Amino acid sequence: MFIIQCPWCGDRDQTEFSCHGEAHIARPKNTESMTDEQWGDYVFFRSNPKGMHRERWVHAHGCRRWFNALRDTATDEIFATYKVGETPPEIPESSSANTSTGNASGDRS
Amino acid sequence: MTTKAYSLFSLARNALSYHRNWQRAWRSPQPKAAYDVVIIGGGGHGLATAYYLATQCGITNVAVLEKGWLGGGNTGRNTTIVRSNYLLDASAGIYEHAVKLWEGLSQELNYNVMFSQRGLLHLAHSVHDLQEIGRRGNAIHLNGIDSEFLTPDQVKEMLPIINLNCRYPVMGALLQKRGGTARHDAVAWGYARGADAAGVDIIQNCEVSGIRIENNRVVGVDTNRGAIKAGKVASVAAGHSSVIADMAGFKLPLECYPLQALVSEPVKPIIDCVVMSNGIHVYVSQSDKGELVVGSGSDAYNSYSQRGSFDLIEHTVGPLCELFPLFSRLRMLRQWAGIVDVTVDRSPIMSKSPVQNLFFNCGWGTGGFKATPGSGHAFAHSVAAGEMNEIAAPFSIDRFNTGALIDEGAAAAVAH
Repeated sequence: MFIIQCPWCGDRDQTEFSCHGEAHIARPKNTESMTDEQWGDYVFFRSNPKGMHRERWVHAHGCRRWFNALRDTATDEIFATYKVGETPPEIPESSSANTSTGNASGDRS
Repeated sequence: MTTKAYSLFSLARNALSYHRNWQRAWRSPQPKAAYDVVIIGGGGHGLATAYYLATQCGITNVAVLEKGWLGGGNTGRNTTIVRSNYLLDASAGIYEHAVKLWEGLSQELNYNVMFSQRGLLHLAHSVHDLQEIGRRGNAIHLNGIDSEFLTPDQVKEMLPIINLNCRYPVMGALLQKRGGTARHDAVAWGYARGADAAGVDIIQNCEVSGIRIENNRVVGVDTNRGAIKAGKVASVAAGHSSVIADMAGFKLPLECYPLQALVSEPVKPIIDCVVMSNGIHVYVSQSDKGELVVGSGSDAYNSYSQRGSFDLIEHTVGPLCELFPLFSRLRMLRQWAGIVDVTVDRSPIMSKSPVQNLFFNCGWGTGGFKATPGSGHAFAHSVAAGEMNEIAAPFSIDRFNTGALIDEGAAAAVAH
């Protein structure tokens, strides 16, 4: 089981959180001119990597705020959690890279 | 080498030599430089595809590449349930096709897959559940598939040990008498033996590391045992389908989750059908060894880790003990997870891909085992023809662009 560091609340049990898939998929702006393929890609197609995955989590049974995580889907190791709007952390070179998280100042992003 | 048939006489003959001289069930050949069709993935679906390609489509120059051992992935990790009680016509087409093939499979393969049509109960715990099984049960009936509604009293008669008045009382059930279980390992081994006898090369410990593409047409694969040329490549890689697609340069509408199962210590026969509860999230049957085979929802985060979390185990055994209080005394022996490749509409993908002659059979999510013969059969004929056949066509990748989804969320048994 994971311990997940909520960028606002700190370390909490995984059962307080729920995962909502790949992060950083922006809703397209030119919606009226998009093809079916472009819509399909936006709504349904996912990179689903075996390895580093940037994904959305929500602290559902805590502060109920959304944030992003960088996690290795092959090992379930979480390398970083960061607030929505923050620059995504670089993917570490090796799996031994240490956990770094967003700052704990509590700013709303 | 010809494959010798299994029979009572071969059993007696081999008993005379203390069972030391049984023929190996399949060869272990070196990969050739080129094949007409290369199948990626030696699970049930891949081996069934190879079997039907070789025995029904006249294509015997086929290799099945398996990175580990046969049936070591989801084929050996599922809860062995077979049923065809799905809502929509396209699903009835593929899953009922599979059940009909299951009904003659042991005879066809000359291999006992221990298919047992012990009946499958789908419980309803709320008015909404009752309406859902009402709608689905009638749809199943209209598709010519057996389905019956049971009252709580009839459920109790069938399953005396059930606690109808649990926290969410049992209000009715949908019964498919032709549903049941089969032995998962035997399905992989039976298809492997049949495919091998028909000339298919089954190559284990052979992991695909790249897809060779020229002019948007697949020409072969790279593996840890060298490059292999191929006229067609059929990816039947289940949880690793997205990894294969990434090698070929495109995405699939899939996300992977761990799906856990656990078995109890073996006990004498106590539950003689399969029980599934969509409402409180558990399903259970008893294996022929006597173990209870238990599962529930998948872990709700992307993962390839084949482990899953502890809280899901609690989430599984809680409703189990609520429905069957006497099971609270049982100890659980083993727990594991498989990686399920889930589509948003909970229906599979059998499809051509953006690369010519590269085909995908994936997205079976949490319910692929039941479809093994039907999936292999439909996919083999489709790969041989180069176009998806009538059964496979609705499951094209293109449905995620056109919007013609096949939503089987409610029939997928529990929340995934």
